[in-house]
Amino acid sequence: MSSDHSAHSHDTHASAPSWEGGSEPFKASYGKLMMWYFLLSDAFTFSAFLVAYGTLRFSMPTWPVPDFVFSTLPFGIHHQPLIFVTIMTFVLIMSSVTMVRAVQEGHRENKKGVVYWMFLTIIGGLMFLGCQAWEWTTLIKGESMSITKNPFGTHTENGVYLEGDGHDIKEGDRFEAGQSYLIHYHDGHYQPLKMKTDAGEIKVQQMGPKAFGALFFFITGFHGFHVFSGVVFLLIIMLNVASGIYSKRKNGYEMVEKIGLYWHFVDLVWVFVFLVFYLL
Amino acid sequence: MGHLSYEEGKKVVFKGLIILGIVTLVEVFVALLGKGYIIDGFHLPVWLMYMLMISMSLYKAYFIVYEFMHMKYEVPGLVKSVLLPTLLLTWMLIAFFSEASTWRKWRAQVNDKPIAAFSAPAAETHHDTEHKDGSPSEVEGHAAPVDSMAALPDTTHAPVKDEPKPEKHH
Repeated sequence: MSSDHSAHSHDTHASAPSWEGGSEPFKASYGKLMMWYFLLSDAFTFSAFLVAYGTLRFSMPTWPVPDFVFSTLPFGIHHQPLIFVTIMTFVLIMSSVTMVRAVQEGHRENKKGVVYWMFLTIIGGLMFLGCQAWEWTTLIKGESMSITKNPFGTHTENGVYLEGDGHDIKEGDRFEAGQSYLIHYHDGHYQPLKMKTDAGEIKVQQMGPKAFGALFFFITGFHGFHVFSGVVFLLIIMLNVASGIYSKRKNGYEMVEKIGLYWHFVDLVWVFVFLVFYLL
Repeated sequence: MGHLSYEEGKKVVFKGLIILGIVTLVEVFVALLGKGYIIDGFHLPVWLMYMLMISMSLYKAYFIVYEFMHMKYEVPGLVKSVLLPTLLLTWMLIAFFSEASTWRKWRAQVNDKPIAAFSAPAAETHHDTEHKDGSPSEVEGHAAPVDSMAALPDTTHAPVKDEPKPEKHH
């Protein structure tokens, strides 16, 4: 083939022609390249999920306000919008940073360093999963959101409440269009409150858009599953590093580099989940 | 593979931690400031808030891919073969969001109609079925127009009928 000459001129170590596997036009191993393409396809999956969320949200007249929905912290702290999820984001960034360090130690063929930094990465991943488990528990148990029921509604008019819910809302409290509320669930029922709009109409609180719960649990769950499988792979590869099989390969711990790509991708996806679900 | 020395690499890691941390904090700050949590009664225009937060997220994504995932040091062919296909998402965003804005308009149209006229007879049955599993009725809120979407082709051009079709959905 005519391209043989040009391929050879770039490639000093290969002797076989390009199309017979002798040279690496992308200067990356098969495994690393395929990891990139897997991540590309995964990026499309996540994009489809997030675009579906955006489409449904944009097509609805109202949508639960994220900083109302996600405003609870452990130890009984309430009404601190976005703080808990910011902590989660930091945990994930930290674990991404320790992963970079593990890859760097791998390039130096420093076995102890790789194990140390991978171990910290795994701790970070587990901390993130713990935070997510707590967040889900709060939404499912505490606030009774499910994949088919969304108790987070949004006012479309201004007015006053005619009854209180025993939590945050008292009789006579004012509300404004655009504010979100939570319909509490007790005694086997959701308990929507009666209210009177400024136009003089008597209404009860309405449940929020149904799709919200399903979108939240599926998208954060799919991301959480990536974190979980990432932790499992990290653990396996860390044990392999410790056993010394990668140091025999003398390829700069390429396996660590590949799982590193995957782990950074998980952080990358979180950047957009964080943006779409919590910030916008 | 890194084309940086070990010491330089360590510096990039530290820089990355600081940059990602600060950008995240600024994002959260913009979100809280824009929605009036920090200064009472002060809001940012929504378009400005969205633009700031989206561009900061894209910057974070760029940083993670180029520095942490070492895309910066890969050969151009690899970079293009991985990054260019993501441009297809542009089509996806445009197509789905224009569709969404049409749905939104339809819903608004249905809302403008005297919806009670065609959902009231169904309201009683609606009420009953919904209360069995404990959720409140969805007759007056935005959920009602969603349910009435089935009736939309009949009602958009014709005046609302006195004798409405019974809703099949409940």
